Amino acid sequence: MPTSKKVLTRKRRRLGAKIAVFTGLCLGAAFAGLPVVWMLSTSFKPNGEVFAVPPKLISHFSFDAYTAILSDGAQLRFFLNSYIVALSVTALTLFVAILAAYGFSRYEFPLKKSINAVIISVQAVPPITLVIPYFGLVVTLGLYNTYPGLILTHMVFTLPYAIIMMTAYFNTLPKELDESVKVDGASSWTALWRVLVPVSVPGMVAVGVYTFMISWNEYLFALTLTRTDDMRTVPIGIQLLMGQHSYEWNQMMAMSILGSIPVLILFLLFQRRFIGGLTSGAVKA
Amino acid sequence: MNSAKLDHAPPPAVAAPETRAAPRGRARRLWARGTAPYAFLSPTMILIFVLMIIPIAMVVSYSFKDNVIVQQNSVFVGFANYTKVLTDPDFLAALKNTFVFITVSTVAHLILGLGFALMLNTPLLGNVTKAIFRIIYILPWLFTVAVIAVIWRLMLDPSGVVNYLLTTLGGSSVDWLSDPGKALWALTFINIWAGFPFFMISILAGLQGIPGDLYEAASVDGASPIRQFWNVTIPQLRPVLISMAVLDLIWTSQQFALIWMTTGGGPLNVTEMLSTYTYKQAFSSYEFATASAAAVIVLLLTMVLAVFYVRLQKER
Repeated sequence: MPTSKKVLTRKRRRLGAKIAVFTGLCLGAAFAGLPVVWMLSTSFKPNGEVFAVPPKLISHFSFDAYTAILSDGAQLRFFLNSYIVALSVTALTLFVAILAAYGFSRYEFPLKKSINAVIISVQAVPPITLVIPYFGLVVTLGLYNTYPGLILTHMVFTLPYAIIMMTAYFNTLPKELDESVKVDGASSWTALWRVLVPVSVPGMVAVGVYTFMISWNEYLFALTLTRTDDMRTVPIGIQLLMGQHSYEWNQMMAMSILGSIPVLILFLLFQRRFIGGLTSGAVKA
Repeated sequence: MNSAKLDHAPPPAVAAPETRAAPRGRARRLWARGTAPYAFLSPTMILIFVLMIIPIAMVVSYSFKDNVIVQQNSVFVGFANYTKVLTDPDFLAALKNTFVFITVSTVAHLILGLGFALMLNTPLLGNVTKAIFRIIYILPWLFTVAVIAVIWRLMLDPSGVVNYLLTTLGGSSVDWLSDPGKALWALTFINIWAGFPFFMISILAGLQGIPGDLYEAASVDGASPIRQFWNVTIPQLRPVLISMAVLDLIWTSQQFALIWMTTGGGPLNVTEMLSTYTYKQAFSSYEFATASAAAVIVLLLTMVLAVFYVRLQKER
């Protein structure tokens, strides 16, 4: 039996460890979080005070930067474009990925392994390699500077991941579930959409959120495959703001925050599902 | 690890009764079963053909030609574009910079990701505290690269807050992103900040998957926490760590937006990467043929890493 002195030192050591871990976590949080805090605080400053010495977290609190962005039709257009593209990419990716995942999850067929290998390897192909032929292709097809051009090319990033995650999800559902409907005479198509899809909503949410994020954040294709300002998406809009207004830092930060809000909200809402789906995908992919 | 799976309790399975189909029906059904998977996969296969197979064939063919895309009458020129690229000092500088950028980033991601994941996995603190810290740690990863670029341009501005801290501590102000001696390191630092959360999340999932009795057995044997870390945690995490590292090398080598929006490859090419070099050849100089050769080289280098990655996955 330990003496009371031993218990005390053990308690003290535990407290010491606790303080050490907590301090470490706080330092890490400062590293990760302070730049974000600074962005937030800058967005509420008048532009003249952005580089005030000494720097202040809150000086003259103002919404001017946000009003400037939100009352400017050209800026709002970037948001509209991003929503149109990202939502279309999400819907199309989900549809195509559900079909493919059903094929992978419920059937054995000779080319299964090869097709799967191709889908996995698509993820590794560098966007910079693709952007050159895409440019040629999109111009030839008359899709340059259009939504379909962007939507189609974004799917090359979203589809492989979506298929892998969706297949993993369908694999967790018992085969008897859809087989039983098929025995009653329903087609595989019906079994998929009437039985499997309704119970797969959690998986689809994870895939959908991830897809939306990738498309919303995409930069290289949006930069090269569009030309006019009325077709640009938010990431390009942020960059344009950098040149246009000779460094309206407060507006750049306000735009950045407004541009990040959709992703932040989606993430906070679906955090657990999302991280779960993502890590399982990353480890398996 | 996969909460998406755990959240969902599958409804009770219904036993499928034996089918009693007529011979003809069975033949038809067999045929349908044979083609059905291809039907389900056809949209995917068409998209991959259009978005992957054709473009790669196109870029490879461009790389052996002259005057592509912007002009007609392109001629086959053999390996001339490759020779041009591989002897271009700018390309070689880009290759070297990319190497430094991706290896330093990956090593730092690994160390930070592991360190933060270990702290977040501690039994010493409450779950609510840990959940709050976890959200803060994930923050950098939730912002798009364009936003990350403007945040750090603000922070690292010559009269920005980082330099203010530096000068108050007695140092002198540094123009981080325009000083040829510092720009590559500043850029790498930004990339480290932007990318560590993904490592952290994956390693955290890995840590939570290590069976507790391994640690119990180790502590019964009298192993100190440090020994437990080296003899239990690291070997258990090894597969996750190695595959994350290879994936990160691939992803970081593909980074374009961050470089383009912070330094644009400058000053004096010190932050020129393979991606920015290729982009400039194509969309600034309109040398699409040279750009295609560079793009194919980038593809080949990535394939080497990818093959390595697949080998690792098979070994597991």
